[in-house]
Amino acid sequence: MDRQMSRAGRPLQPEIRDYAIIGDCRTAALISREGSLDWLCLPNFSSTSAFARLLDLNAGHFSIRPSAPFTVERHYVPATAVLATTFKTDSGIARLIDLCPISDSIGSLLPMREILRIIEGVAGSVDLEIEFAPRLDYGRMRSTFRKLTDAVWRCGGGRELLLLNSNVELADHGSMLTARLHTTAGERRHFSLSYVECDVGTIAPVGADADARCDRTIAWWQDWSRTCRFAGRERDIVLRSAITLKLMTFCLSGSIVAAPTTSVPEAIGGERNWDYRYCWLRDAGLTMSALVDLGFHEEAAAYLGWLLHATRLTRPNLCSLYDVYGRTNLRVRIADWLAGYLNTAPVRIGNDAIKQLQLDAHGQVIAAAQIFAAAGCELDTLEARMLIGFGDVICKRWREPDNGIWEIPGARRPYTFSKAMCWVALDRLLSLHERGIIDLAAREAIFRRTRSDIGDCIEARGFNAALNSYTAELDGKEMDAALLLLICFGYKAASDSRMVATYNRVHDELDCGGLLYRYRPGYDGLKGTEGAFGLVSFFAVAHLAERGLVEEAVRRFDYLCDFANDVGLFGEQIEPRSGKALGNFPQAFTHVGLIYSAIVIERARRRTAQ
Amino acid sequence: MNAPWYLSLWALVATLAMTSILETSRGLGFSRLSLPFLIGTFFTGRRGRAVIVGFAVYTIGGWLFAFVYFLLFSSVRIYTWWFGAIAGLAHGMFLLTCALPLLPFVHPRMASEYHSVSAIRQLEPPGFLAMNYGYHTPLSTLIAQIVYGATLGGFAQIAHWAGA
Repeated sequence: MDRQMSRAGRPLQPEIRDYAIIGDCRTAALISREGSLDWLCLPNFSSTSAFARLLDLNAGHFSIRPSAPFTVERHYVPATAVLATTFKTDSGIARLIDLCPISDSIGSLLPMREILRIIEGVAGSVDLEIEFAPRLDYGRMRSTFRKLTDAVWRCGGGRELLLLNSNVELADHGSMLTARLHTTAGERRHFSLSYVECDVGTIAPVGADADARCDRTIAWWQDWSRTCRFAGRERDIVLRSAITLKLMTFCLSGSIVAAPTTSVPEAIGGERNWDYRYCWLRDAGLTMSALVDLGFHEEAAAYLGWLLHATRLTRPNLCSLYDVYGRTNLRVRIADWLAGYLNTAPVRIGNDAIKQLQLDAHGQVIAAAQIFAAAGCELDTLEARMLIGFGDVICKRWREPDNGIWEIPGARRPYTFSKAMCWVALDRLLSLHERGIIDLAAREAIFRRTRSDIGDCIEARGFNAALNSYTAELDGKEMDAALLLLICFGYKAASDSRMVATYNRVHDELDCGGLLYRYRPGYDGLKGTEGAFGLVSFFAVAHLAERGLVEEAVRRFDYLCDFANDVGLFGEQIEPRSGKALGNFPQAFTHVGLIYSAIVIERARRRTAQ
Repeated sequence: MNAPWYLSLWALVATLAMTSILETSRGLGFSRLSLPFLIGTFFTGRRGRAVIVGFAVYTIGGWLFAFVYFLLFSSVRIYTWWFGAIAGLAHGMFLLTCALPLLPFVHPRMASEYHSVSAIRQLEPPGFLAMNYGYHTPLSTLIAQIVYGATLGGFAQIAHWAGA
C-alpha cells in the first residue's frame, strides 16, 4: 500500500492521481487522499456540480481529515467501489469510509442520490476537522444553511436540495458548516449527504441504518464482481478496471461516459481542457469486447441498446459523441468563473467535438454489435436493420475526410484509421450476414465491393513503402498509434509483415520510456504538449501478446500498471518524466485498454501452453 | 350531434394523424419518444413484438379516448376545431407533465431515478417533459395532441353544421 506524507496546510490542489472515485452508476464523486470530496455533479454525470474544488479552490468541497499532521493509506474494500482512507497521526489511527450506497429507493424512502461518509476510530485517538462547503451550479451558488432538526442541515432549495444528516454536531459559519471531532478506537460517526431534484427531499438515516447501507453496498459490489470471469495473473487490476468502468456506466440508459470530470488538463497551463462527461462512440468496439470477454453480458446488452437506440436522433449518420440520453445539444460554454485545475483555464462545459465527423464511429458500433452477437447474444430485426443502415452510410461516405479518432481540430483529413474502421464496418456486416444473423440481400455485393475498394485504398495509399509503415493519413508520413488497433478489429493479423513494421515504426517515433504518445507532439496543432496516452500504450502490449511475445508483453503491461495510482486508477494521459496523471480522471477508455490487453495476454498464454 | 355512427371512423382518423406526427418526428430525428413502443413494453421485452402490440393497444386507446373528447364537446356544447385543439393541448400537457413522469413508477421495464442500480430495467426514463428522448419531444408531442383534438373537433364541427 502506498504511503504519502500529507500536504495539509498547503494551498495547492492535490495531484490528479491523488483522487479516488466512488459512485452509484448515475454520478460519481472524486475524493482526495486527504479525505476531501472535491468533485461531484448531481444528479447525473453531466449535471452541474455541487462540489468542484478540483477546478477551483472556492467551488465546493466536503473535507474530513485529522487536525494534526498525518500520513495516508488508501484502498478499496476488495472487489467493491467502497473507498477506505486510513489516517495515521502520532496519537492514533482513524479510517474514513466513503461510498455511494446502492439502495432501492422505490421500495423505501431513501433519497434519490446519497453520499455516505463514515469515520471510525481504529486505534488511540484522532482529532478531526470537518468542512462541508457545497457550491451548487459549478460553484456559482453560495447557498445558506438551515438547520431542520438537531442532526439535519439543508442547503439549496427550489429545484435542488442537499440534506446533510450527521451524528456529529456542526456549526454554521455562513459559507460552510464545520466541526471538530475527537474520535477514539471503536467510535463510528456518520455523514449522510442526500440530494433530490424537483421532488420532496428525504433524509437517509445515520447510525446502524447507515452501517447497514454500507454493508449492503459492499455485498452488492462483491456479488457483481463475482461475474468477472477473468482468472489470469492480472485479475486484481483487471477487476479494479472493470469496477471503474461500471462506475462510469449510466444505469438509466446503459451508456458509458468517457470520464466523470471536465477540464482536468492534458497539459498544465495549456489549452487542452475538455469535457469528458459524455459518451464517445469511438470507444464502443473495445468497450463491448471488454464487457463481453469479462462476462458482463447485462451491461453489454444495455450498452448495445444505448448505442443503437439512443443514437436514433441522428441516424443513419452518427455523431462522435452523445450525452447519456443520446442527445446532441452539447455546445461548449466556458465557465470563466472557475480558475481551472492549477489555474489551467478555460473550464469547458459541453464538447464541440460533437460538430466533428468521425467516420470510425460507424465501424465501432457495428463491431460492438458483432462482438455482442458472436458471444451468443441475440440481435433483433430492428437492430439488424439499423446496422445495415450504417453500412449504407459507410458505402456513401467512406472517401470523405474526417476528424479522425483523436478529434483533431481544423481541416478534415483522410485518416487511415478512419478508412480502416469503414473496412471493419462492412467486414463485420458481411460476417453477420454469413452467419445468418442479418440479411444483407442485394447489398451483399455492394458491401463486398466497397470493402475491397477500401482495403485497396488503404494498402495503396495508407502504407508508406519508404517508411515501411502504415501512416496516420493516406499519402502521409506521420505516425498514429491508433493503427496498432487494426489487429484488434481483424483488419490484419499481428504477425503480418506490414503490421510488425508499423509497430516498430510507431515504437521508434512515439515511444517515450515505455509509454506511447498517440501521435507526434504538435501534430494536432494545439498549443502545449500533451502527455503519453494510456490507452495506446496498452495497445502496444496487446500487439506484442498477439504476436506471441508474451513475456515482453507482460513486462510492458506490468510497467504500465505501475503508473496507476495507489488505488489502481488511470487518467487519460501520463506525463512521461514524472509519471503524473494528466487529463480527465479516471478515464474509462484507458481502463478498457488495460482490460483488453490483459485478456489478449491471457489468450496468448493459453495458446502458448497448448 | 346526430351522427354517432361516424364517431368510430373519426376517432380512428384522429388517432392515425396523431401517431403519424409522432412517428414522423422520430423519423426526422426530432424525438426518440415512441408511445406505442413504451406501451408495448408493458407486455413484452422483445422489441419487435412490443412495437406491434404497442401500436395495436395505442391505436385502440386513442380510438377509445376520442369518445371522451366527444363527451367533452357535447357537455359544453362547443363543436369547433379550435376547442378540440385546446382540449388536445391540455391533454398533451397532462401527458408530458403527469403521465409520462409517472411511467417509471408503474412500467415493469423502465428505470427510474429511484430504482437500485441492481434492478435490471432496460428502458430509459422520460425525464422532465420527456426531454430525455430529445429536446424537441415536448413540441412534437404537443403538436400531435393538438392535431388529434383539432381533428376530432373539426369532425364534430362539420357534423354539428350538417345536423343544424
